[in-house]
Amino acid sequence: MTATVVTTSRRADLRRSTIRPRQAGFAHDVMSIAGRALRAIPRDMTAVIPPVFIALFFFVVNIGTLQRLTERSIGGFDFKAFMMATAILLGVTGISRAPALVLDVENGYFDRLLLTPVRRLAILLGHMVADVAVACALTVPIVILGFALGIHFEAGPLGVLVFVLLAALWSLAFAGFGYAIALKTGNPAAVNSAFLLFFPFLFLTSSYVPRSQLTGWLDTVASWNPVTYVLGGLRSLTMQGWQWTELGQALAAIAVVAVVSMALCFGALRGRLKRT
Amino acid sequence: MTQLKRRDRQEIGHQMAGLGAEATAMTTLTLDDVVIGNEAHHPRRRRMSAITTERLVRTFDGVSAVDGLDLDIRQGEIYGFLGPNGAGKSTTVRVLCTLLAPTAGRATVAGYDVATEPGQVRLRIGVALQEAALDPRQTGEELLRLQGRLYGLSRREIEQRLGELTELVDIGDALRRPISTYSGGMRRRLDLAAALVHNPEILFLDEPTTGLDPMSRARVWEEVRRLNAELGVTIFLTTQYLEEADELADRVGILNAGRLVAEGTPVDLKHNVGNDVIVVRVDGDPGVALASLADVAGVQAVDASGCEVVVTATNGASTIGPVAVALANGGIAVRDLTLRTPTLDDVFLELTGTHIRPDESIDEEIEEVTQ
Repeated sequence: MTATVVTTSRRADLRRSTIRPRQAGFAHDVMSIAGRALRAIPRDMTAVIPPVFIALFFFVVNIGTLQRLTERSIGGFDFKAFMMATAILLGVTGISRAPALVLDVENGYFDRLLLTPVRRLAILLGHMVADVAVACALTVPIVILGFALGIHFEAGPLGVLVFVLLAALWSLAFAGFGYAIALKTGNPAAVNSAFLLFFPFLFLTSSYVPRSQLTGWLDTVASWNPVTYVLGGLRSLTMQGWQWTELGQALAAIAVVAVVSMALCFGALRGRLKRT
Repeated sequence: MTQLKRRDRQEIGHQMAGLGAEATAMTTLTLDDVVIGNEAHHPRRRRMSAITTERLVRTFDGVSAVDGLDLDIRQGEIYGFLGPNGAGKSTTVRVLCTLLAPTAGRATVAGYDVATEPGQVRLRIGVALQEAALDPRQTGEELLRLQGRLYGLSRREIEQRLGELTELVDIGDALRRPISTYSGGMRRRLDLAAALVHNPEILFLDEPTTGLDPMSRARVWEEVRRLNAELGVTIFLTTQYLEEADELADRVGILNAGRLVAEGTPVDLKHNVGNDVIVVRVDGDPGVALASLADVAGVQAVDASGCEVVVTATNGASTIGPVAVALANGGIAVRDLTLRTPTLDDVFLELTGTHIRPDESIDEEIEEVTQ
């Protein structure tokens, strides 16, 4: 049997190369994966525009709806500064590249990554580094809107940075659930629904009014809700200045959620990588 | 001399074949040193073998996809792994590429154990899986650059390899477009380039031309030949296309239901079947024809598959007449009668009693179950 051999007009220069592959460093692996995830953002704006829009929308609408009522009921209360923390959490919660990771699994690119010497943990951490960067970027328009509405940070410029950092850390802690679902199910629809997990946490807390205004049972539930303490830490920066107790509680709440979500997430990664 | 053409190697190999196994082995080592001419920096390397498996088994939920596979593939060889869908080809590749662990037995690639030293194996192999594993959101250039970074190449080395591989990919400015805009052939070529970025010693190509048009297929064949001839890359090629194995492979292993049923050069395998093949397409039960042809002079073997009866003969030209007469005497309605030289499909038919069919999907089903 004879095959037709097509001679192309241009032939690749396949000279023997002295280049030899080698294991890159862990940080190099993480940054390579993060770089890829970040380059994908401009081509996947649907992943970032809706959360920002929702955050900005509710920020404005809630102020229009509740500002007069709350400030009349509570003396010296700044509802706009109060609401900015809620808007930020609405904007950054659920932001992750987990849906992109599912697509990698679906189209086989995840296998291509596994065929390289890249460290397996770096694949996940690289995506998470990108998530933190995206979350930080998403807080910018919300903070700018806050300034435009006349919100003043009692903690000063450094407080703004800590505010953004806390929001990004919360975003990362919550993103672990998305990655866990992505790696466990490989199902894009399931990953997209991960944000629904946040709904009870968002409403069973002091999102719209201070805890002092919550009825008994809701205040009890809020006291167990980690979002309450994250909101408290963020609000302390806008409304009170440097309140170390509130900031410590916020960090502790983020740590608790992160421990749970990352345990699930890394367990799912182990399951996905199981070769037996 | 840095390279020998493939036919030169084969010729010298054939000349040495008469010197006995030991002499052949020594000669092959010398040839490999000349042809491959690299890898002195791998002291653990077994000089002779690029890929070995010993009683390799891979099961999924108790079902064997690979069942006691023994392979020994030499450096610089193009090894064709031929079998129908579901034979276990892709599973074997995934074990050898460290994506799956063996259930039992042992496999080494580039001298390293796939189960205990997967990291060393990954550094030395390039893989183009059955489905081009590409990220459609990246551009071709981004994908190749990232691939280089993950293999620890410096920026300068990546630039160098991109320059070398751009011609291979041969998609012009499309390299800067998202992969989602590529045609099937462009994706395959990019996938091949991604497998080569880090200059691997061993290249696994899992059905590299499935779904390609004849032109694209011929181009892939050409590149595979060049990679082997010009760079001495060992190539493990799975395929269900007989002509692909026939055209490209130095040796062919025929896999059926997870077992290696034959191995050798395409010429030797076909020679074992017989000199000529007479294919008779009949109306009705071919089993009746089997009985009629069994005693015809010059017939070596008769097999039936579907409505076809395949007769192997030492001299087809002198046997085809008596075969036609015997069929007529048996009252068998013949639709057509063809005389040809044996193909690898005839080899497969003789060994397994069936043709290689593309509609069997045990492998895929097994993998679906495990997922």
